[in-house]
Amino acid sequence: MELPVIGNTPAAKQGGCSSSGCGTAPDALAHLPDHIRAKVQDHPCYSEEAHHYFARMHVAVAPACNIQCNYCNRKYDCANESRPGVVSELLTPPQAINKVLAVAAAIPQMTVLGIAGPGDPLANPERTFETFRKLAEKAPDIKLCVSTNGLNLPQYVDEIAKYNIDHVTITINCIDPEIGAQIYPWIYWENKRIRGVEAARILIEQQQKGLQMLTERGILVKVNSVLIPGVNDQHLKEVSKVVKAAGAFLHNVMPLIAEAEHGTYYGLMGQPSPTAEQLQELQDACAGDMAMMRHCRQCRADAVGMLGEDRGAEFTMDKIDVMEVDYEAAMVRRKEVHDAIIDQLEAKRAAQNPAVNPEIPANSRPVLMAVAGKNGLVAEHFGHAREFLMYEASPAGVRFIGHRKTELYCGGMDTCGEGDADPDSLLDRNISILKGCEVILCSKIGYEPWGKLEAAGIAPNGEHAMEPIEDAVMAVYKELAASGRLSQATESKKVA
Amino acid sequence: MALQITETCVNCWACVDVCPNDAIYEDKPHFLIEASKCTECLGDHAVPQCAAICPIECAIVNELDEPLNPPGSLTGIPLEKLKELGLYKEAA
Repeated sequence: MELPVIGNTPAAKQGGCSSSGCGTAPDALAHLPDHIRAKVQDHPCYSEEAHHYFARMHVAVAPACNIQCNYCNRKYDCANESRPGVVSELLTPPQAINKVLAVAAAIPQMTVLGIAGPGDPLANPERTFETFRKLAEKAPDIKLCVSTNGLNLPQYVDEIAKYNIDHVTITINCIDPEIGAQIYPWIYWENKRIRGVEAARILIEQQQKGLQMLTERGILVKVNSVLIPGVNDQHLKEVSKVVKAAGAFLHNVMPLIAEAEHGTYYGLMGQPSPTAEQLQELQDACAGDMAMMRHCRQCRADAVGMLGEDRGAEFTMDKIDVMEVDYEAAMVRRKEVHDAIIDQLEAKRAAQNPAVNPEIPANSRPVLMAVAGKNGLVAEHFGHAREFLMYEASPAGVRFIGHRKTELYCGGMDTCGEGDADPDSLLDRNISILKGCEVILCSKIGYEPWGKLEAAGIAPNGEHAMEPIEDAVMAVYKELAASGRLSQATESKKVA
Repeated sequence: MALQITETCVNCWACVDVCPNDAIYEDKPHFLIEASKCTECLGDHAVPQCAAICPIECAIVNELDEPLNPPGSLTGIPLEKLKELGLYKEAA
């Protein structure tokens, strides 16, 4: 099964339509065949558009792992950190079921239940499949999804198909064992610990075999890759081509998280993480071959809520134990909420005018803008934004590029829970992550950051508060076009 | 003849699932091996399974308290680096 190339590819340099997306396309998935779009339109981890409206949760029932990755440390307990592999509370399958039913009743927008760790779900087959089996019985309206390193995947593909799990994510960082040996020090395979190139060769073989078996069964596969500068950065373009040819539907290239405080091999050895620009460059390079996911928030293995938020603290086991859940009633309510959102999205899709905007000269240069957004609107105060959403406007339309976090990850036990002592340095840091942007859209902004942003060559804009993000970005782009600031020849590109 | 789990264990369950003798059980603060059931996998596997999958150096030791996965053997972090960071403990 080969899917059409879709998505948020870079706009053609000289204007006009890019091959794969034309007009303001908030949802690249609109180009998909109907039966596939129907599968992903309410899945926040598969559809950029859906992640503004629908929520997901992970249950941490899978602690064991069968491989070691150099970006992972198996001591996974910090409540203040958000990154894959970290959880606060391991659950038994019955506890997980109670948690899912409680969350699904309290957050009707929750459509998806994933098992993602903190180890590898398929290295915990009994706990993982017991959870899926009972959920399929008790909450048939919840989509099930699983993510894996792929080592045990071929063995469990039929089991996955049995529980209607129609979304699987495989983390594939390489297809070359020599590169793999720099990422994976060992795997546990056929009752032995295997190391080096041989280990990587087996892992890669199983991943590719599993990918093929899933796509043959019509199960949608997303491939996650961790971008590790100097290790697999160039290689990931090849990975993207190969997994697409094998039928993967979406490629999610994520930046390496490597802090010494996390105690990982890469963290301790000083391996640099990619910059936002490096990440975007690689995503753009892969986008010619493959639909790229750019809205991943690299969430925890026990995350709850919308992407980018974590409501896990509201649903700890002690709180769930005293909640009374009437799931039959909740299911009725959930269906109403889902239908209303889908209707809203369909209406929005129907209203879109794919024509190239005649007000913008076709040779205008693209402009990168940051948005303090919430629920698809320009709805966040500059100073309250936990992340900025990055959009590129060009004559071909508006495309989502990714997000940039405004706060650093947990700095480890010593600094855990402490705020930044110096608000000035925090502001400077948040402005520095906006590098490359020319405009920041937000609902409100204070006097001081306004001045600092202008000094940094970024134009603050609070005039589109509460408007849909894509409309607001296009409106600003039109204003820039009208004032003649988008000509390719402009020596100083800055808008501010 | 039996292996033991030390306090460096992070309770990841990996060993429990691969033990052919069901000798490993959950306990606080960490998992333990029931000595009477542990055969060190003799007769079942070429190597003890708990030590073959355990991700934590020094978490599984033999009767002489020798770690089956000594420092540096699983993460690839050089011993000098572990010493520099104060993460290296001489085997007891």
